[in-house]
Amino acid sequence: MKPLGPRNIGIMSLLGYRFPLAAIASILHRISGIILFLLIPFALWVLHLSLASQMSFLMVKDYFGSPVVAFLIWLMLSALFYHLIAGLKHLLMDIGFFEEKVSGKVASSLVLVIGTVGIIGIGVWMLC
Amino acid sequence: MLSQITSLTRNGLKDWYLQRFSAIVLALYFIFITGFVVGHHPLGFQTWYALFHHTISKAFTVLALFALIIHAWVGMWTVFTDYVPNKCLRLLLISLMIVAFVLYFVWAIQILWF
Repeated sequence: MKPLGPRNIGIMSLLGYRFPLAAIASILHRISGIILFLLIPFALWVLHLSLASQMSFLMVKDYFGSPVVAFLIWLMLSALFYHLIAGLKHLLMDIGFFEEKVSGKVASSLVLVIGTVGIIGIGVWMLC
Repeated sequence: MLSQITSLTRNGLKDWYLQRFSAIVLALYFIFITGFVVGHHPLGFQTWYALFHHTISKAFTVLALFALIIHAWVGMWTVFTDYVPNKCLRLLLISLMIVAFVLYFVWAIQILWF
């Protein structure tokens, strides 16, 4: 009989799997990367205004007094922070670390904990 | 075939290497910017403006911009080949992405120099 080979699974059948921590850390790295890609124009717009004049700089600093802009900046900084931390783990994995069951689990939990603390920290820093 | 012609270098190992190398450049850049912002708290316009008009940080920003485009190209190429099985749609999305990168680059240069 011909082997079936690798086959795609349906998106809904994903719900039936139990994801190990390494998989969660990894998919969040990918999602944060997509968010960062989509926010490039927003980041450039903010950079432009922050450098255009004293007044527009202060507007950026005040997030335009808009919760939506503040949220987008928080989302961008959070995604950047998580992508950096999880990316560092990926680089370390490239040179052979954290590939065993236990070390992989420890490194993934560390990434998730540092990521969560950092994201909350960014929120607190923005509010103060 | 489509995956090949839309990949950054048409060579998986080279793409892999460029993604890692650009990752390190970007990490250093954002650590530099974060360090600057934290070190100059509360940040004023003059200080921020002076940073981006210094030759070295301008050069670093342009380098980071190249790194960003390379990094995002390889990353988004992977995402598109993973999740967009329809070849016409994928070609369209990747082409739009490349156009966007060119526009972002020109825009960023405009921000830095004008």
